[in-house]
Amino acid sequence: MLTAIISITLLGSLFGLGLGWAARKFRVEEDPVVESINAILPQTQCGQCNYPGCKPYAEAIAVGEADINQCPPGGDAGIKALADLLGVEALPLNPDNGEEKPKTVAVIDEKTCIGCTLCIQACPVDAILGASKQMHTVIAAECTGCDLCLPPCPVDCIEMVTQGPPAGEWSWPHPANALEMGVS
Amino acid sequence: MNQSDPYHLARHAGEQLYHFHGGLRLRHNKKMSCETPVEKAALATRYYVPLLQHSGQQAEPLVSAGQHVLKGDVLGCFSQLGSGYIHAPTSGTVTAIALHPNSHPSGKDGRCVVIKPDGLDQWTELDPLSDWQHAEPGQLVDIIRKKGIVGLGGAVFPTDFKVSEASERGIHTLVLNGSECEPYISCDEMLMREQPDSIVLGARILQKAIGANRTVIAIEDQMGVVDQALSAAVKRSDANDIDVVKVTTIYPEGGEKQLIKVLTGLEVPSGGRPTDLGILCQNVATATAVARAVTEGKPLIERIVTVTGNGVRRPRNLLAQIGLPISNLVDQCGGYSQGAARLVLGGPMMGYALSTDANPVVKAANCILVLTENDIRPAQPEMPCIRCGECARVCPALLLPQSLQAAIRNELWDDTADLGLADCIECGCCDFVCPSHIPLVEWFRFGKSSLHALNRERELASKARERFEAREARLVKIKQDRKHRIERKKKALQEGKGRQEKIAAAVERVRVKQEKET
Repeated sequence: MLTAIISITLLGSLFGLGLGWAARKFRVEEDPVVESINAILPQTQCGQCNYPGCKPYAEAIAVGEADINQCPPGGDAGIKALADLLGVEALPLNPDNGEEKPKTVAVIDEKTCIGCTLCIQACPVDAILGASKQMHTVIAAECTGCDLCLPPCPVDCIEMVTQGPPAGEWSWPHPANALEMGVS
Repeated sequence: MNQSDPYHLARHAGEQLYHFHGGLRLRHNKKMSCETPVEKAALATRYYVPLLQHSGQQAEPLVSAGQHVLKGDVLGCFSQLGSGYIHAPTSGTVTAIALHPNSHPSGKDGRCVVIKPDGLDQWTELDPLSDWQHAEPGQLVDIIRKKGIVGLGGAVFPTDFKVSEASERGIHTLVLNGSECEPYISCDEMLMREQPDSIVLGARILQKAIGANRTVIAIEDQMGVVDQALSAAVKRSDANDIDVVKVTTIYPEGGEKQLIKVLTGLEVPSGGRPTDLGILCQNVATATAVARAVTEGKPLIERIVTVTGNGVRRPRNLLAQIGLPISNLVDQCGGYSQGAARLVLGGPMMGYALSTDANPVVKAANCILVLTENDIRPAQPEMPCIRCGECARVCPALLLPQSLQAAIRNELWDDTADLGLADCIECGCCDFVCPSHIPLVEWFRFGKSSLHALNRERELASKARERFEAREARLVKIKQDRKHRIERKKKALQEGKGRQEKIAAAVERVRVKQEKET
């Protein structure tokens, strides 16, 4: 009887120690699900999902706090990809969060800009260049079109411009539409 | 590297011939355009030189309306990779830089430099390089770029880029591609018959520019006269490192990767280039353009175009200037015959239909094909795939077209990449044999465009994520730094010795300052 109790206790503490060691040694820094979700999100960092960026939203989805249909820039394709990843039903985009729009880029009217730096502080991806009382400008290639620079601007000099494909670039049409496009 | 390395095995290119997978034996229909010698196209009343002659970015115009230009003057220069220099096809006045129907698969109008010729056809000052044998490879590449030379086999990829990449990577064999496998097209055949010396000269210059040891000129076994003409030209040039090799005519043997497979038995790795095997492939017409640019200083402003098909009265090959309206070429060939129904730029397999013959000749235009109602397969409704596997049997790139099409249709983009979408050469063999009339190539072209756009989007997203995370980290650091600073100050104030004295000293300083001011 006593041998049994001692051996079981010994075994238990041994395994416990082993598990404790393993938990420290192989600790995963971050939830891998969050990373997978974040990889699908469009990284616009616009906050329309009610979270301060794509990663916080990804974390909220991972813990089941947020729905998968709160990202307007990702659109239906993004929701479908998230549904596939998480094994849940795809939902239509929540209209409270906004609607899917073509990609835009912010353009600063350089004549009107007073150099207040408020938009620079608001930009989530550091895509606006400038200094206090100096003219600001947008690095178009880095701009995600999140609209976050619009509200803080005191002189309303920022405009969102729809961006087409690069000049000279052309995409083949979907075969269902090919005849309309005049392609044989 | 050992001797069984593909790079070394490829040195024996052309010594033994192999087969590539799939392909089709098609009716050639080339004879009709080969009966008369190449004729020079007559001067037109207007030339429309497109600023965009291929995929990629269009050239920046360097001339303005009202300016007088001489034949060979630069009209536009490249701004980014993929675009190139373009030159005036004749002397005259630039009347406008305007939108005009462009010979481009999009069917959309493109910006063209419109030239009204003065009829003198006067050359600008040319700068030939007399002793190219002693030129540096870099100098030759520079000439090739400035003379606007692009691959004339169909892909119109800038030749200077290909050559400079090749010379960096170490090339042992230059392959000149004269196996013009697509039905109806005979511009390369006529070129090899009539200007073999120019091709051999081009081969020697290219060989010098890339540092290759030998050249293989691949022609088709059906081109009897061509073999004699080229062999005689090689003999005349005293070059002992140029071989003419005859390959069996199977479509699409003229494809770069297929031709290399036939010559070496080796495959260019997926996603790789022929330079991985130590081979550089160039079209024969590109070689003559290089020869002309280097030894005569002439830019690429004209090319041989096959005007053929049952829809033209007198099919033939014409030496046409870039920018010449296609209608002029058709007129010179006796005009359209009764029943002409479709105008195609390129061959019947890979060409695309044009909506108007006002389109200009471009660098990529190897053939203008006019088909009659009888030549065109009646449009048939698309049926579901019956999984017969014919498409996989004929695919020269060893792909599974039916699986690929299903993946594109269902937008499984990661699967399409795994199935080798990028390796599709759009030859049209699968389309041709499909009993269900599924437009497979259209799907693959659409898939390639979409995949390209998706990859660009992903790249931008990952850049945005990096920037966002960097900013977050920076903000956190600033916040912490400020917190630490305040804490340090507080501590110093509380613990500091002689705190009262310090305060008294500060009060004293302020008092003195105020007294001074008043």
